Amino acid sequence: MSLYVKIKKTYTDFTLEAEFEAQNETMALLGASGCGKSLTLRCIAGIVRPDEGLIVSNGVTLFDSRKGINLSPQRRRVGLLFQNYALFPNMTVEGNIKAVLSKHGGRKNLHERFGRLARNFYFEGLENHYPSQLSGGQQQRVALARIMASDPSLLMLDEPLSALDSYLRWQLEDELARTLEGFPGDALYVSHNRAEARRLCDRVCVIDHGRFERARPTDELFESPETLASALLSGCKNYSRACRLTDGTVRAADWNLDLECSKTAPSGISHIGVRAHYISIVPADAETADGHGAANSFRCSVLKVTEDVFSTIVNVCPLGADPARDFSRIRAELPKGAAGAVKEGDVVLAVIRPDDIMPLRANVPIPASAKCDTI
Amino acid sequence: MDLFPLYNSLRVASISTFVTFFAGICAAHYIARAPRAVKGVLDCVLTLPMVLPPTVVGFFLLKTIGPYGPVGSVVLDLWGFRLIMAWYSAIFATTIVTFPLMYRTVRGAFESFDRTLLYSGQTLGLSGTFIFWRITLPNCKQGILAGTVLSFARALGEFGATTMVTGYIPGRTATISTAVYQFWREGNDSLAYKWVAINLAISFLVLTTVNMLENRYDKPKHARAAPADTQ
Repeated sequence: MSLYVKIKKTYTDFTLEAEFEAQNETMALLGASGCGKSLTLRCIAGIVRPDEGLIVSNGVTLFDSRKGINLSPQRRRVGLLFQNYALFPNMTVEGNIKAVLSKHGGRKNLHERFGRLARNFYFEGLENHYPSQLSGGQQQRVALARIMASDPSLLMLDEPLSALDSYLRWQLEDELARTLEGFPGDALYVSHNRAEARRLCDRVCVIDHGRFERARPTDELFESPETLASALLSGCKNYSRACRLTDGTVRAADWNLDLECSKTAPSGISHIGVRAHYISIVPADAETADGHGAANSFRCSVLKVTEDVFSTIVNVCPLGADPARDFSRIRAELPKGAAGAVKEGDVVLAVIRPDDIMPLRANVPIPASAKCDTI
Repeated sequence: MDLFPLYNSLRVASISTFVTFFAGICAAHYIARAPRAVKGVLDCVLTLPMVLPPTVVGFFLLKTIGPYGPVGSVVLDLWGFRLIMAWYSAIFATTIVTFPLMYRTVRGAFESFDRTLLYSGQTLGLSGTFIFWRITLPNCKQGILAGTVLSFARALGEFGATTMVTGYIPGRTATISTAVYQFWREGNDSLAYKWVAINLAISFLVLTTVNMLENRYDKPKHARAAPADTQ
């Protein structure tokens, strides 16, 4: 089971350049809204025709602009779950599924085959309901069953959970995970939600303004994102423009700090990122508690303290930096109570372990003016 | 009171509605998916009869299907009957005048139709014919019905083009609208009032039906949130 995609589609204000390969896995396409995720799925499904490129699924060429191959959506055996599930509103659950079942495998044993799907996807008893009478979860199960009825060799899910509220999401995510595990072919999972991608997918492909980054195992994306776009998508909240000083040190221009960085900084770094919960805050007069000396500890003024549900958010600005600049604020998320009596206007010591600094490069070339001495 | 005009009007309106029903749906289906330039031109041409004075439509019709017109003369030569000044002449007039109503209403319904239903049908392997008859049409039902009722009402009330191609022959080509005109001219106000009353009753009935259909069309029974259609 494999999928190879390399396509290009140009619009007046947007260009999609997709290139990735999937082998027996669930792959996440992760990106901000409008980055071309859904468009990629639509190109693979045959709803949108790419300008050029090649799409091969399990050895079958679905699209090849050089050879002039462009299979109709009906012949691609690609199951696409739409965000709104796209159940036919004028047909009952039974009508929806039997329409597809009788197209694939004829009318023989139609009722038994329907019954099997109803049992597997837990919608027995809802056969005569119309889609509008179903809850979001039931609609999703019926839509998945309908896709399975068409016997797809590739499964594509387009933000299946984003229209639901958070309680229902958990429940449906479990069911989706089960469906994905039981599905023999490849699956593509489109989302802008990093946590979903991490839980459901083996590998992830980050898409930034129509450009695909290298596909990587999901945990790797969260441990060490390489680019600014993937760091943003992985949920990192603190960034500074930066450049490499030596192998082990970087200059964080927006924070006006030189920091130790134990990850080797690649030559083209443009930013560093630090996750909010990896920053610790200690009173300014205290010696650094865990005794790793003065490495990456710096004085900051506290701009704001916010109580979140399970944590305390402290926004600080390094004393040497200009708080009016975009990236100069640093957000630290501390466990409840760990912030002590820190309040607005205090001067505190912030500590970042050298391990926790992620060197990043921007996808767009950085302007020449943004060199270390000038930013 | 001779009820022939009522019978004739209903007969003409029914037949022309039957014709515009299919013609309008076909045109709407094709034009809703046509390239933008083609769409603009065809849309203008097909909507023209709605804004032209009915007398202009009638004039063109007379010049085309009249005994000396390109179509009328051929029919007269081959089969020996005239296309104008007969009860069925009104069908040509009302069909042309009502066509834009049907076409535009149905096109609106097709264009607001949730296209992800179409796409999901395609990826599920359903044929284009199945999708059109079993998914697109049923989900555009209210728009199609509203267009049909409006066309029927317009056909019943058509006067200008009809009177030019059928004239007024009592018991042969008279319709409700031409009857009202004729009785007023003859000074037969009491009869004219009766036909006016009939006309009002029919129009009221039709408009009530359209309103009911359109309300249902605004809030379809199976409505769901519109899809977020990224690119």
